[in-house]
Amino acid sequence: MIRKVRTHINQNEPLLFERSSPGKKGYQLPELDVPAVDPVDALGPENTRDEIPGFPEVSEVDVIRHFTRLSTWNYAIDLGLYPLGSCTMKYNPRINEVVARIEGLAWAHPYQPEALSQGAMEIIAALEAALAEITGMHAVTLQPAAGAHGELTGILLTRALLASRGNPRKKILVPDSAHGTNPATATMAGYSVENIKSNDRGMIDVESLRRAVNEDVAALMVTNPNTVGVFEEEITRIAAILHEKGALVYMDGANMNALVGVARPGDFGVDVMHLNLHKTFSTPHGGGGPGSGAVAVTRELEPFLPAPRLKRAGGSWTWNYDLPQTIGRVRAYYGNFGVLVRALAYIMAHGAEGLRKATLDAVLNANYIRKLIEPYYQIAYDAPSMHECVFSDDRQAARGVRTGDIAKRLIDYGFHPYTVSFPLIVRGALMIEPTETEGKQELDLFCDALISIAREVEENPEIVLKAPHSTRTSRVDEVTAARKPIVRWKPESEAAQAPAEAITPATERAGP
Amino acid sequence: MLDAIGVQAIEDLFRQLPPEVRFHGALNLPAGKSEYEIVDYFRARGAEGANGYASFLGAGVYNHYRPVLVDTVVSRGEFLTSYTPYQAEISQGILTSIFEFQTMVCQLTGMDAANASMYDGSTATPEAAMMAARITGRDRVLVARSVHPEYREVLRTYTQHQGIPVEEFAYDPGSGRIDADDLQRRLDDNTAAVIVQSPNFFGIVENIREAAAIAHKKGALLVDVFTEAVALGLIEPPSDADIVAGELQSFAISPSYGGPFAGVIATKQTYIRQMPGRLVGQTKDAQGNRAFCLTLATREQHIRREKATSNICTNQALIALMATVFMAVYGKEGLRELAVQNLSKARYLANRLPLRFRAPFFNEFVVSANGRSPEEINATLLGRKIIGGLPLGRYYPELDGCMLLCCTEMSKREHMDAVADAFGADSSK
Repeated sequence: MIRKVRTHINQNEPLLFERSSPGKKGYQLPELDVPAVDPVDALGPENTRDEIPGFPEVSEVDVIRHFTRLSTWNYAIDLGLYPLGSCTMKYNPRINEVVARIEGLAWAHPYQPEALSQGAMEIIAALEAALAEITGMHAVTLQPAAGAHGELTGILLTRALLASRGNPRKKILVPDSAHGTNPATATMAGYSVENIKSNDRGMIDVESLRRAVNEDVAALMVTNPNTVGVFEEEITRIAAILHEKGALVYMDGANMNALVGVARPGDFGVDVMHLNLHKTFSTPHGGGGPGSGAVAVTRELEPFLPAPRLKRAGGSWTWNYDLPQTIGRVRAYYGNFGVLVRALAYIMAHGAEGLRKATLDAVLNANYIRKLIEPYYQIAYDAPSMHECVFSDDRQAARGVRTGDIAKRLIDYGFHPYTVSFPLIVRGALMIEPTETEGKQELDLFCDALISIAREVEENPEIVLKAPHSTRTSRVDEVTAARKPIVRWKPESEAAQAPAEAITPATERAGP
Repeated sequence: MLDAIGVQAIEDLFRQLPPEVRFHGALNLPAGKSEYEIVDYFRARGAEGANGYASFLGAGVYNHYRPVLVDTVVSRGEFLTSYTPYQAEISQGILTSIFEFQTMVCQLTGMDAANASMYDGSTATPEAAMMAARITGRDRVLVARSVHPEYREVLRTYTQHQGIPVEEFAYDPGSGRIDADDLQRRLDDNTAAVIVQSPNFFGIVENIREAAAIAHKKGALLVDVFTEAVALGLIEPPSDADIVAGELQSFAISPSYGGPFAGVIATKQTYIRQMPGRLVGQTKDAQGNRAFCLTLATREQHIRREKATSNICTNQALIALMATVFMAVYGKEGLRELAVQNLSKARYLANRLPLRFRAPFFNEFVVSANGRSPEEINATLLGRKIIGGLPLGRYYPELDGCMLLCCTEMSKREHMDAVADAFGADSSK
């Protein structure tokens, strides 16, 4: 039944510090073409350190082997389906890596003269325009570095607009299905948070919302499609309820991969939103970042956007700092420019039709998975799925197996798990987002794996509970890690480490 | 697949979207382009840049050589196309490298714990201020005017609605270091943090021990900011600070018109649970082998929601990996030698120019233009394909007529001579 993986050779590898030996070098520096300065003379003995205790000393070969070996212990999109719900783990085209490294872009200094920065500025302007078109919004800032950073920017913009009308208000409404970043953001922007219950279709309960909206409410933060992968069908009514009371609608665009070319937030009442360029527009997730959290706004909010803004003057681009109503900077310089280059390259490669087709395929793939595994797992809500489908572990929990166990067992079948135990409103959630990247073959392998695990839960739950069995590292004790945090290497701890020889060879472990 | 789902067309999967919500037109974007056309477009944009120019700009973004191994490692799909290592069993590669990153940041800064990265130095700074406010239960923040001006702007944007008033204190106009008297005058019992930068925006090395002593006397924490990480290879580590918030762009991260970079926050063991951002910890797997995993997640937004230490989720992991590979390549001796080269080059040029401040500096320094405007000097240099320094008048009205110059290991002697000549044309030097 396991068709995707077999155990393979994984090299052991100590930490850099353990590989280190005095005098080893991996670098070359050119000969100094000016007189060498004695640091103690130049800086004073009190300002000069003798050495960096414990810092590695390794050769060039050591470095390449070290990181190459480490890389083989990592799962990645390049190895297969990576169905983390809400994360949109799609293929990262390599052309984007090439163009981001073009010398005139990669080596552009943010303070170099504008006359020598027109190319970079043109790229920023082109991406702003493309994202405004895709979202149906009026203006875009590319300064925020990630989604949560975009949220903070968007809520600060909301506050600034409301303050300009005389009252910044007190509360942000957040559906109980929202990403944790939403309430955390509201707090950072000086608002209190009120949760809104979802109804039995996984959508915002419009009546609860209506009761909650009053003159204290600054905005509703809504994810659409929401985190159960369901489109908020009442979104225009929801927006009207907020607008009637002078409040705004903030959209968390984490799930925009379900909408590009099909629906535009600007057309359904959204005032301000962020996009995750590392999700919808394929810039690499890189083990946790970098991202980019572009924020799109209506005409009303534009005057408050972070400074500086691009401006066309006399046939060329210039940075305009003269923005009396701006919320200020949210980041130094102009944003994660290298990420912006990649996102624009992705948009150019796809064009209008390609972007729309990606959306259709993403939704098709999620619905295919849903259909195939629905007989074995409890779908969280009956409502139609968009780009992701969310199940509950209810049936498996009856046999003592939880979503986290199923996830670990999925690893033995050669897949990265789905998002585990989120959203919080679904008991034991399995949140699956395949993206448009996958073909039928990989989807079938994945569904076969999940179906096989469902059978194992019935017949032999132990094998699921103790998973993974095929990986280099078996189940990791996260509880001890949190109880006694060791967050850096220290020479003293060397003795406490198991010597390399004691590590169990993979072949001796229980296979699946 | 449509048959399996039981629909006729993919369009049927969007039936639940009300018609008024649907976008019926076609996006007004050009048709999809080939790889060749895309490369061509971006090459043309790159050619509008500063190809072939020597540069003496620093101010938070530095031109350091990027060892080839850095891109070799980060281009591996296993690193490039993975995500946050929530599933430790199949993420030991990135987890191990982050643990090494955290360790090396600690070794450089003299701190006990460092997080797995922040967006950049400018956002790490307000996060450090907020962290200090949580730790001390106080709310006021004092920031030196010699901290990067854009970092101070971001600090204001972040803190303005959190009830954290930010006040600036002066630098000494003679030395360029913080004005300790002004700091002492402004410190009170409600001050959570004193924020200084070293080397500061003028390139000058601050006395962190003294600044910490002043802050601690009033029960405030000292936050040390750095933008030029190469300096840490040579200058006394800021062990007396309570929180270090920095930018690692100097470690093989290309200037890239201002990002993506990698910020970091490091601190003492006592404050670790108040730190924002992801953290990797050491533990064991079921067979007793050493393993790593994300840890202390109860600080973070996905668990604590509105009570989290920060809203940060996505960070700069791949960029932090660049810095990790850089630190491994240079190592103990290399980083020091690199720092000495930077120091030597900066001295070589500075010795020929009218310095504005007298305290020791690392690889950046402020010079007065001797009656000419910095813009004039820069215009002369541009004619020789040299980008000069950053005119400071916009950020510091009192330093109008001064510019900030930076020399790194990439600065060539002939270009430094040309800069000196451009100043010398009308000056006594």
